[in-house]
Amino acid sequence: MNENTTNDPIIICEDVHKWFDDFHVLKGITTTFKKGERAVICGPSGSGKSTFIRTINRLEEHQRGTIIVDGIELSNDLRNINLIRQEVGMVFQQFNLFPHLTNIKNITLGPIQVRKMSKKAAEEAALALLERMDIADQAYKYPAEISGGQQQRVAIARALAMEPKIMLFDEPTSALDPEMISEVLDVMRELAHSGMTMLVVTHEMGFAREVADRVMFFDEGVVIEEAAPADFFDNPQHERTKLFISQTLQH
Amino acid sequence: MENIEITQEVKPPNTSKGPVKWLQNNLFNTWYNTILTCFALVFLFFVFKGVFSWVFIQAKWEVIPANFQILMIGPYPIEHVWRIWIVLWTLAVLLGLSAGIWKGLVLRISTAIAGVGLIFLLVPLDIVKNSEAEYATLEFNINIIYLIFFKRRWLLGCLALLVGTFFIGRNKNGLKKWIIGGWILSFPWTMIMLHGFGENTVSTTNWGGLLLTLLLAAVGIVACFPLGVLLALGRRSKLPAISWVSTIYIETVRGVPLLTILFMGSVILPLFMPGDFQLDKVIRAMVALTLFSAAYMAENVRGGLQAIPQGQVEAAQAVGLTYPKTTLFIVLPQALRAVIPAIVGQFIALFKDTALVFIVGLLELMGIAEGIVGGNPNWQGYHVEVYVLVAAIYFIFCYAMSYVSQKIEADLGVGKH
Repeated sequence: MNENTTNDPIIICEDVHKWFDDFHVLKGITTTFKKGERAVICGPSGSGKSTFIRTINRLEEHQRGTIIVDGIELSNDLRNINLIRQEVGMVFQQFNLFPHLTNIKNITLGPIQVRKMSKKAAEEAALALLERMDIADQAYKYPAEISGGQQQRVAIARALAMEPKIMLFDEPTSALDPEMISEVLDVMRELAHSGMTMLVVTHEMGFAREVADRVMFFDEGVVIEEAAPADFFDNPQHERTKLFISQTLQH
Repeated sequence: MENIEITQEVKPPNTSKGPVKWLQNNLFNTWYNTILTCFALVFLFFVFKGVFSWVFIQAKWEVIPANFQILMIGPYPIEHVWRIWIVLWTLAVLLGLSAGIWKGLVLRISTAIAGVGLIFLLVPLDIVKNSEAEYATLEFNINIIYLIFFKRRWLLGCLALLVGTFFIGRNKNGLKKWIIGGWILSFPWTMIMLHGFGENTVSTTNWGGLLLTLLLAAVGIVACFPLGVLLALGRRSKLPAISWVSTIYIETVRGVPLLTILFMGSVILPLFMPGDFQLDKVIRAMVALTLFSAAYMAENVRGGLQAIPQGQVEAAQAVGLTYPKTTLFIVLPQALRAVIPAIVGQFIALFKDTALVFIVGLLELMGIAEGIVGGNPNWQGYHVEVYVLVAAIYFIFCYAMSYVSQKIEADLGVGKH
């Protein structure tokens, strides 16, 4: 447990199931994330790890079980979904920045339209975030004019601008050139130390070992194993986990 | 290899060799290209010679000034022409202010319009129709002053307003909302002003010529765009009722010729109207053109909507934007940008389709031209001159739309970001 972790649960998942047509992607996930906790979710592709974090802000709808985020249950109630989305920031593998808006407008759109912040206050906050991401000089460029690592940092700033309580990262470094991975991981590390609750789907095992409070290993829609990073990497219990770790650490 | 410095600057090889070299390389590089070039030159010479001799020697252009008024405004009564000028003055004020505030493209368009206005102000197009004697007896100086300050006083006022409001509007960014409101209100204002109220009105049956063409096209273009966007969104809606209604509408309208829709609007629609209620003929044509174009517009827009990656919508949802705001701020701006060429193509098609309203007895530019060369015995045999003018007018407006769309694409950085 890190110094920021509390005992207050912020995400409670109870027997979460999800199907894509007949394909059973999530087969009953039950877990609780505490406020300030940093969880890394890993597993082979197709294991349901991305789908799982996408159910937490309802980009994917779960079909059975309950998910309670910050005291609000995710249901078909649109108001609840929008409330939760305001509290949950998300960073995507492909950045998904809005190409027709400048970087700063990418960041201020949510605060102005959703949080009803004034344009001036939103821009000041956005510039401060870009400063924190070390890319303040890129504020008035368009996403296509900056590098992938910079784009991903703008995307992180965009999520943080909503002042979320939880941040979801869906393979944030998988689409990056190798020399840009560390600049994004640095920002995430800094964010982790600031006490943010983070759920990170990633293959960056070094990051997991260093930052995570808990590593969850997904395979075929179930959590095979979860443990603190030291136990997880040095003393895995299951054959699948051992195989996965040996394969991932090889390169 | 170790001696190569990567910082060393190397200039690209010089490939420009001047026009003579270009001609040699591209037009006369082989014996058969030389022959082709010579044939092409001879061909071009005869084409230009034919065009030149027709335009400046054979063509009898007197038909144009003699019928200029009717081509522009149709049978609109001359004692009411001030109404048209008031509308033009209003538009000049709006355009001038817009040019001052937005500059850029709006300023360029305004300058082009002012240039055309200036040509009309100075060139004695309509003097020719008066007797040669009248033209000759006036001193040249007096004539110009008479021309500009008396005969063209409305046009002069129009230009003065355009230029004046440009200087007033400069850097008045606070006026933006009001100007946009003004443009929207200019449509009902134009209709009311042209028609008049009280006892002294001009029936829409007297609206015609270029005036009517522009009215039909402007209303059609402005109205079909939002309707088309809504239909496109509707067709992609997850609610089956909305999606079916939109799809059925789009497919039905696209499956029927415009002539049929105009005809239905004119003959069948009144059958459903209660009692003596008669919807105006011009309004019916406007409605028909709008409804027809909207179906095509919807499919153009839908093409753009389909090009937007799902990740864009997810990213917008993830920051908490609702469906309407996601559509308004993320999806539509990108979708519309992607299909500007198709949308403008639709606008141009609509502009030219206005010529079909003759089927319901409206005399727009083409109908008037037809009337001059076909109906008036004085002007039989002048059809080529009249049609050339009509073609030139259509071309100017359609090319202007195409030009504006290219500039808008460049301003928006389409393809760059």
